[in-house]
Amino acid sequence: MKPTSIRSVIAASSVGTMIEWYDFYIFGMLAKTISTQFFPEGNPTAALLSTLAIFAAGFIVRPFGALVFGRLGDLIGRKYTFLLTLILMGGSTFLIGLVPGYQSIGIAAPILVLLLRLLQGLALGGEYGGAATYVAEHAPVGKRGFYTSWIQTTATLGLFVALGMIMLVKLNMPDADFNAEWGGWRYPFWVSILLVGISIYIRLKMKESPLFAKLKDEGKTSVNPLKESFSHKGNFKMVLLALFGAVMGQGVIWYTGQFYAQNFLETKCNIEFEQSRTIMLWAIAFATPFFVLFGWLSDKIGRKWIMMVGMLLGVLTYRPIFNIFLSDTTVAASGGKISNPPPLSTKKTKLNEKGDSLFTTTEPGYFGWGENLNGHFEYSVLKNDTLHSKNTKAITYSEESYIDKKLGLKLYVKFIALVFLLILFVTMVYGPIAAFLVEMFPTKIRYTSMSLPYHIGNGVFGGLVPFIGLLLTTTFTKDPLVGLWYPIGVAALCFIIGTIYLTNKIDKDVTD
Amino acid sequence: MNAVKKYLGIIWLLLGPAVIFFLVYGAIQNIDPTGTKDINNPIIWIIIIAIFTPIAIGIMIFGWYALKGDYKHLPESSAEVED
Repeated sequence: MKPTSIRSVIAASSVGTMIEWYDFYIFGMLAKTISTQFFPEGNPTAALLSTLAIFAAGFIVRPFGALVFGRLGDLIGRKYTFLLTLILMGGSTFLIGLVPGYQSIGIAAPILVLLLRLLQGLALGGEYGGAATYVAEHAPVGKRGFYTSWIQTTATLGLFVALGMIMLVKLNMPDADFNAEWGGWRYPFWVSILLVGISIYIRLKMKESPLFAKLKDEGKTSVNPLKESFSHKGNFKMVLLALFGAVMGQGVIWYTGQFYAQNFLETKCNIEFEQSRTIMLWAIAFATPFFVLFGWLSDKIGRKWIMMVGMLLGVLTYRPIFNIFLSDTTVAASGGKISNPPPLSTKKTKLNEKGDSLFTTTEPGYFGWGENLNGHFEYSVLKNDTLHSKNTKAITYSEESYIDKKLGLKLYVKFIALVFLLILFVTMVYGPIAAFLVEMFPTKIRYTSMSLPYHIGNGVFGGLVPFIGLLLTTTFTKDPLVGLWYPIGVAALCFIIGTIYLTNKIDKDVTD
Repeated sequence: MNAVKKYLGIIWLLLGPAVIFFLVYGAIQNIDPTGTKDINNPIIWIIIIAIFTPIAIGIMIFGWYALKGDYKHLPESSAEVED
């Protein structure tokens, strides 16, 4: 294949897949605003629909989409199937942006949003396997890892574009305008239709995968891909090995390095909105080329050990790295210099008819340590004291919370470097995995066989990181890093299974 | 190495029921209609247990195959996979 042609194949596949990830992420990133608009508090039906929209889309519908579209891709071809997933994803995203809020159309609003979110999950389940298979089936021997690694950059780039787009809109309007019923939060959804339109145009011009086209010409395509994938023992044992020996660990490393890290910086370290996001954006920008580097390297030295080393590094370094995040942003009574100028603002809010009031005080603060106080950050101290009516001397003091921390340059750069490391582990486990999965399965059932373990690994094992994290932190309250034991445990288990059972041999011939 | 692959199969076989036990135990301990956190929500637990049950069965089957020595040799061509 000519270099220009393979470049078009990679571009057409990657741009579309990146847009699908972008579409899927903006819903999650705008969950708080979406929840206010469509799933109001106090309405049990809306709460149930909200839960289903968040959990069912990732955990149930994505693997189901892998089965539905995987089967279709092995029956009618890769090109038309991943074109369909793109239309489905783009259409649902755009329509979410058009659904009126709960205030305007009542319960119809959350029902419509839930249905569209489920369609998003379904489409995402079918997209990745198609794009990875399509590129791999065009790639020459010895370059499969390198070429498919471009597809692997798309999930992280989708996150990058989603973060950037939301920041761009949010920083250019007041919060009230952004969060209004027809406010700025809808713009990222509307932009999607433009991106998807371009991608559909590019994909329509592409030809079917040469390996699948050959199978079809020879009448050798699978009649029942689901049965052949999961009821033939020879193939099913490889599906299980792919899931437990590679994708399960990759899923938790991927999720922890990007989503858990961002959430941790924002909610545990209380770093302000803009900085917590720009730390992620810089780290992603620096780390993304490593997807391609490790994909390329996997063509030279094999896929297995790169992925295993990535998992092992996550297992060994997660707790130390997250501990640095926490300790470097803690306002300590000793070991540094604290400066608290007079209160910035005070607000008195009536609490009840008895005349009790909430007395909210915000004070600016500064904490620094190290040589020339280089490790410093600014913060706001928030206090919500209750002032009781009957006796003005009776005040219930709340605990001080240190919020909106703004890191000094040195600390900011240090945090970018640490998040970069976390994403570097992601690039090690994720860069080579498309080629690895493609080589495990035969052409006629490849789309189905690789899609299911991928989406169980990512959607279920990865998607559960915040839930299990919350479960652990609620159960074991003394350790703020206890939530990390879930990704560490899953990655360690996957490392053991992968190291013992997987082979490092590259399958040179994927035409069979 | 083949012996290690084989006997570790017993651990994978036991891991499936252990995962289900801990999930059901976690659900019983944490479901609370008055709670506001995700871990208090029964619907989430139902979804997670429903999706994890086939996965737990999957790791048991993986363990069974390992114990029978099916991973001693990994396929080198599609013909071997399709048997």
